[in-house]
Amino acid sequence: MLHNLSIGELAEQLASRRISSVELTRHFLARIERLNPALNALITLTAKEALADAAAADRRLAGGEVAPLLGIPLIHKDIFCTDGVRTSCGSRMLDNFVAPYDATVVARLKAAGAVMLGKANMDEFAMGSSNETSYYGPVKNPWDTAKVPGGSSGGSAAATAARLAPYATGTDTGGSIRQPAALTGVTGVKPTYGRVSRFGMVAFASSLDQAGVFARTAADAATVLKAIAGFDPLDSTSVDTPVPDYPSMLAAPLKGLKIGLLREFFDGLEARNAALIHEALKIYTSLGASTVEVSLPHLPLSVPTYYVVAPAECSSNLSRFDGVRFGYRCDQPKDLADLYKRSRGEGFGPEVKRRIMTGTYVLSAGYFDAYYLKAQKVRRLITDDFRAAFLKVDLLIGPTTPTPAFDIGAKIADPVTMYLNDIYTIGANLAGLPGLSMPCGFIDGLPMGLQLIGPHFSEGKLLNAAHQFQRLTEWHQHAPRGYE
Amino acid sequence: MNLTRQDVEKIAHLARLSITEQEMPAYVTGLSSIVNFVDELSRAETGAVEPMAHPLDGQHQRLRADVVSETDQHEKYQANAPSVQAGLYVVPRVIE
Repeated sequence: MLHNLSIGELAEQLASRRISSVELTRHFLARIERLNPALNALITLTAKEALADAAAADRRLAGGEVAPLLGIPLIHKDIFCTDGVRTSCGSRMLDNFVAPYDATVVARLKAAGAVMLGKANMDEFAMGSSNETSYYGPVKNPWDTAKVPGGSSGGSAAATAARLAPYATGTDTGGSIRQPAALTGVTGVKPTYGRVSRFGMVAFASSLDQAGVFARTAADAATVLKAIAGFDPLDSTSVDTPVPDYPSMLAAPLKGLKIGLLREFFDGLEARNAALIHEALKIYTSLGASTVEVSLPHLPLSVPTYYVVAPAECSSNLSRFDGVRFGYRCDQPKDLADLYKRSRGEGFGPEVKRRIMTGTYVLSAGYFDAYYLKAQKVRRLITDDFRAAFLKVDLLIGPTTPTPAFDIGAKIADPVTMYLNDIYTIGANLAGLPGLSMPCGFIDGLPMGLQLIGPHFSEGKLLNAAHQFQRLTEWHQHAPRGYE
Repeated sequence: MNLTRQDVEKIAHLARLSITEQEMPAYVTGLSSIVNFVDELSRAETGAVEPMAHPLDGQHQRLRADVVSETDQHEKYQANAPSVQAGLYVVPRVIE
């Protein structure tokens, strides 16, 4: 079936004219119409625009143009601005916001001939680990619709797992690509901070946010990452470093690869989860890699560090939502102060307000040194730990999440319990490192993720290591029942 | 350290957020548990460590030539505004 083909296979079918982009687009639109109501993975469907873009792609294909993403559909996380299409960020605040321009990620994929099917549901302003904080309701996990798909890019992950699109975009501030990729059984890549432009991506925590990809295989992710990565003068944190040809790096042998096992990731790790990681390591050993235990002594402080730094930056970034220039405005404000307070109070949901207030508190007079400055210092210690580890090993391997997908409603009442879902993913964000999660087995019938973390700009190596694993395993080929 | 209702009211005011009576107890509890959780940082020995604001050392703010790079699209941008008159954003009267 078309929806099980890889991006490479689809490109071949399109180039040889066995299918057209319009046919392919119709196929996925029909799947969305049939399967999305049970999942709530999409906030906005752009069927009309998609068919027009597909027809344009077909004209380019008819002209003999060959390009890896030309005519192939995708879904964008609704955090990326899309010119003329509502960009809600999962919030009532932006329920009526029609983006006046394209994010760089969107523009690059448009230029590559990609066909956007719609915008994916997400935790409000990307703040959440379960996709339950969305104004548009929770996304359901296609493996079990009573479970969460993870967050914040839960819609992108669920849509990729359910084969509603061959790939989807996402963003990762503390694990928001890797954690949902793990919980839905897909491959997710969070690139190095600065590798992919953040222009037009609604800001949450600017020293941590990074855009990335969900796909079913590392090879597909490599193709997409190559298309979206690269310097962008419109993003002041974009790094001007050439983009390697990731697809051509996939086949490199892993003989001699030094893999670090993070002692702190295995302390207290559930036995079945640890067993999956050790099984995965056997594959790597069989490919000629060696493993060595490494310790990052400050890593256990990464979650509290993150929950100071990220809310502080969020409180600053989200001050732009004032009910004046765009977004929600309350009814009948009695004065300007009332307009600000009620527009924000009514426009933001509970988790976003909690984070804004946490950030306001840690930045406020009398608490700045004890919390914000302290967290920035610990952030450096964690980053230095990673740097020291990468003097000894090429990449680090561990679990992506402590548990498989949990029940919808199980953790939403207690913020700290929810925050601890990101215990294995946050470190990479604090240090700006690239990370990848891919399927490595099942617990209680639910997919689990293996996480790879590498030094800055080592995306090619991570994708290479993931691709070699996927050549010898079939965890990534499992589809949830009913979505085969 | 647990936050009081007065603490939360002050923070909400600084953040320009209206919090309803019904919402208030959940914020007092939730924010207190977050603050207690992040208090764990105090046990880290940070002595002379330089605070880290940005994950990539050596990055600096770029300068660009001082030339116009944007065209005037204020109508398109203001189409998202809740209230506009004659190209101006309208808010309640500030000065009586």
